[in-house]
Amino acid sequence: MRLELAGITKRFGSLVANDGVDLVVEPGEIRCLLGENGAGKTTLMNVLFGLLRHDAGEIRVDGEAVEFADPGDAVRRGIGMVHQHFMLVPVFTVAENVVLGFEPTRRVGFLDRRRARADVARLSAEFGLEVEPDALVESLPVGIQQRVEILKALQRDAQLLILDEPTAVLTPQEIQALFGIMRSLAASGRSILFITHKLKEVMAVADRITVMRLGRVVGTARPGETSEADLAAMMVGRSVELVVRKAKAQPGREVLALAGLTVVDERGVTVVDHVDLTVRAGEIVALAGVQGNGQTELAEAITGLRAVASGSVRVDGLELTNATPRQVIRAGVAHVPEDRQGDGLVSRMTIAENLILDVYDQRPYARLGSLDLAEVRRQGEAKLVDFDIRAASAAVAVGTLSGGNQQKVVVARELSRPVKLLVACQPTRGLDVGSIEYVHRRIVEERDAGAAVLIVSSELDEVLALGDRIAVMFRGRLTGVVTPRAGRERIGLLMAGVEEPDLPPPAEGEGDAEAVTALDLT
Amino acid sequence: MTRTETGPTQAAAPGTTVAASPRGEPPAWARLAHRLVEANVAVVTVLAFFTALVIGAILITATTPAVLHAWGQAGSAPGHAFYVTGTTIGDAYGAIFTGSIISPSALGHAISTGKGWTGVFNPISETLVRAAPLILAGLGVALGFSTGVFNIGAQGQLIAGAIAALYVGFAVHLPIGIHLPLVVLGGAAGGALAGFIPGILKARTGAHEVIVTIMLNYVFLDLLTYLLTSQPFQQPGQSNAISRTMPATARLPHLFGSTLRANLGFVIALAAALAVSWFARRSTLGFSFRVIGANQSAGRTAGMDVRRVTMLVLTISGALAGLAGTVSLSGTDFFLSAGYGGNIGFDAITVALLGRNRPLGVVLGALLFAALDVGGANMQVATGIPIDLSSVIQATIVFCIATPMLVRELYRLRDVGGGSIQLFMKGWSS
Repeated sequence: MRLELAGITKRFGSLVANDGVDLVVEPGEIRCLLGENGAGKTTLMNVLFGLLRHDAGEIRVDGEAVEFADPGDAVRRGIGMVHQHFMLVPVFTVAENVVLGFEPTRRVGFLDRRRARADVARLSAEFGLEVEPDALVESLPVGIQQRVEILKALQRDAQLLILDEPTAVLTPQEIQALFGIMRSLAASGRSILFITHKLKEVMAVADRITVMRLGRVVGTARPGETSEADLAAMMVGRSVELVVRKAKAQPGREVLALAGLTVVDERGVTVVDHVDLTVRAGEIVALAGVQGNGQTELAEAITGLRAVASGSVRVDGLELTNATPRQVIRAGVAHVPEDRQGDGLVSRMTIAENLILDVYDQRPYARLGSLDLAEVRRQGEAKLVDFDIRAASAAVAVGTLSGGNQQKVVVARELSRPVKLLVACQPTRGLDVGSIEYVHRRIVEERDAGAAVLIVSSELDEVLALGDRIAVMFRGRLTGVVTPRAGRERIGLLMAGVEEPDLPPPAEGEGDAEAVTALDLT
Repeated sequence: MTRTETGPTQAAAPGTTVAASPRGEPPAWARLAHRLVEANVAVVTVLAFFTALVIGAILITATTPAVLHAWGQAGSAPGHAFYVTGTTIGDAYGAIFTGSIISPSALGHAISTGKGWTGVFNPISETLVRAAPLILAGLGVALGFSTGVFNIGAQGQLIAGAIAALYVGFAVHLPIGIHLPLVVLGGAAGGALAGFIPGILKARTGAHEVIVTIMLNYVFLDLLTYLLTSQPFQQPGQSNAISRTMPATARLPHLFGSTLRANLGFVIALAAALAVSWFARRSTLGFSFRVIGANQSAGRTAGMDVRRVTMLVLTISGALAGLAGTVSLSGTDFFLSAGYGGNIGFDAITVALLGRNRPLGVVLGALLFAALDVGGANMQVATGIPIDLSSVIQATIVFCIATPMLVRELYRLRDVGGGSIQLFMKGWSS
């Protein structure tokens, strides 16, 4: 299918999300749409898939202008979409999910299971998408669930497949497998629109690359004729070299000590399995792993948000196993939660109020059960300056800020207490380059001031850039603790569950005086 | 897509439709006109009221025999049909107004003769009497709603409060200066206890407060029925299910002389509204209530004790409902009978909704509801149109308030976001 987008414009109020976007996808082409979070990629795809109506411009399929009122229209014209969050019914089998909404039926409306299974088997074989048709979707790893999504699109005879950030939840090995599938689909004449913000993937798989920034197309390139640095510069609109500048760690006393930590979730699944880990004062330990391998639950167990089934959590010698969040906070633990809007902030309340969520009942904000609103406001305004939060005033509702500024509010609140241990989960997810730089600098400063830091991140580049030591989790267990010098490949293997003996923490005097690790713009 | 930067350069929103003055600031009249076509809280509330009056008028037209008869002969006398319709609707709404606020004719009469002032002020006095318990119970429900706790048990808590207040009233003998405060505190404590039960159940076992509070309504209703036929509550020498009466030292004093029923209960209600307002804005506990109401997980992550707050909210909410029962009992009724409290505990839910969970809103909403109740009774007496019309108007107002989208569509208003109402709706599904 030849798809043409001509002058697509989409506005949300005063915000122009897509500004006259032109894009042509040729049959059999893998076209990458590259851009930072907020560049307008997802909006464009939602317009293309009939989820949003564009305000101006035209969509043409094989030269013919089309209007999609809803995703059903788009599917009928041969467009398929694999969303970032899967749209699968967990308790249905693969075959049932694949035919859902377009079920083959026999007479009197009985579901033709055999045909559904045969469809899945045929499509799997054709494109090398190995899936067991009778497996329950909930029992499958995310990589396979994604294949089910792709099969769904193919079953509806998609000639153009939109993949929205498909690699975010995959291991490096699964990503390679996905790329193989994409190539075989392209070879069959189907077009693929691959949305991502990861440069390496673009270079590996794209035929052509379209870069978006602030709602516009800022350039088109071919992988052989450009470099990651060029693409990065296009994405951010300026030539940036993102580095985390940090001196060599000076690990001191043991602050966080996890011994045999085990967490069982609501479904009775052991999500953290006998984890032993220590974090010393003055070092950053980065917890790497594909999302959903227990890192989040580990952080929640430390911060008192999730019950510990067995084992212990100690912070600076203080027993905090199954302590309340308040006790953990009072023990000097700062926590930047993974879900900033869900757990970190109250979006309807003001910046100043959000800055005192954890200390609202203490001096100088409270006296005899009554809030000192003037003091709350004064401190709020002061922190706008201290933490470079861009807002008109501290009386602005936090929900109106950009992601970067929201995260700065969380960071400002958490680092305004005396911190012995900082637990930061996905601290830069969804942030712009400037905010990423800022948050990373603050984290390193905190380390240099003597705090122990535990970073949970599924971005390998962030882990490599920030971590003095890197602990890798897979299916609830620690598969290894290594230094950043272990390299991408080896950490990738650990993330996929290939275990190896723990490495000792870096010995004194080893390594460079100043370790500068380049952070790729991923 | 999210805005990546909120810098000062992007503060000016291009494309707004208001004519701008040279300084870039739209003139006051244009801003006012702009506000009037927004689906904001005030506009929606006024239009909801207007819609309710229109629907009420249609009902009056369709159900009053005299009007129907006139329309049956509209072929020969169309003007007459319109005249009859107009006067019937006018009389009905006029009776609601004169019965609940003030009667111009009674006022004129009192001014010219110097007599009959009681008749002039009686309607507004009755509205205040009716509003007091609605305000108190409405404040309790609103406090719960804004904290994300759905207390549907105001009715039961009101009864529990009244029972406790009655007991303190007849069981001890003290001078009024001590006795009356004790009665009021006792009533609040009774309601607080009734609210504490679902609170502790939710905190300890996770039992959903909506189910528990609804069921407890029946428990307290039946407890009252039981007490009314047993000692020490039953009026001695009575076989009817009637309680003992409140002694004079346990009654709330009248505000404007003995002929008007308006009493200290309304002042207590206003004081409670001020207290709740202070509590929500200025107290540390109220701050945690607001945080947990807006985003429970953020509160929990920041170290707040969600279970303790839930328990406290239900207890305080129950205390306010208990006060509602107390001011009815000590202000106007003086004894309890089966089914005490009528519908106040449930009307309180609609009042809270109408007042958008804000103390001032609750006061105004309760006054409107009370006026429609009191005025509706007057309408029935004066015109023969059933008081149920008042209930229809009340229900329509609430219906429109609860579905701002409907009003927006009906009057083609611009969407500016649903605000607290959507939060309220959201809470039910969580």
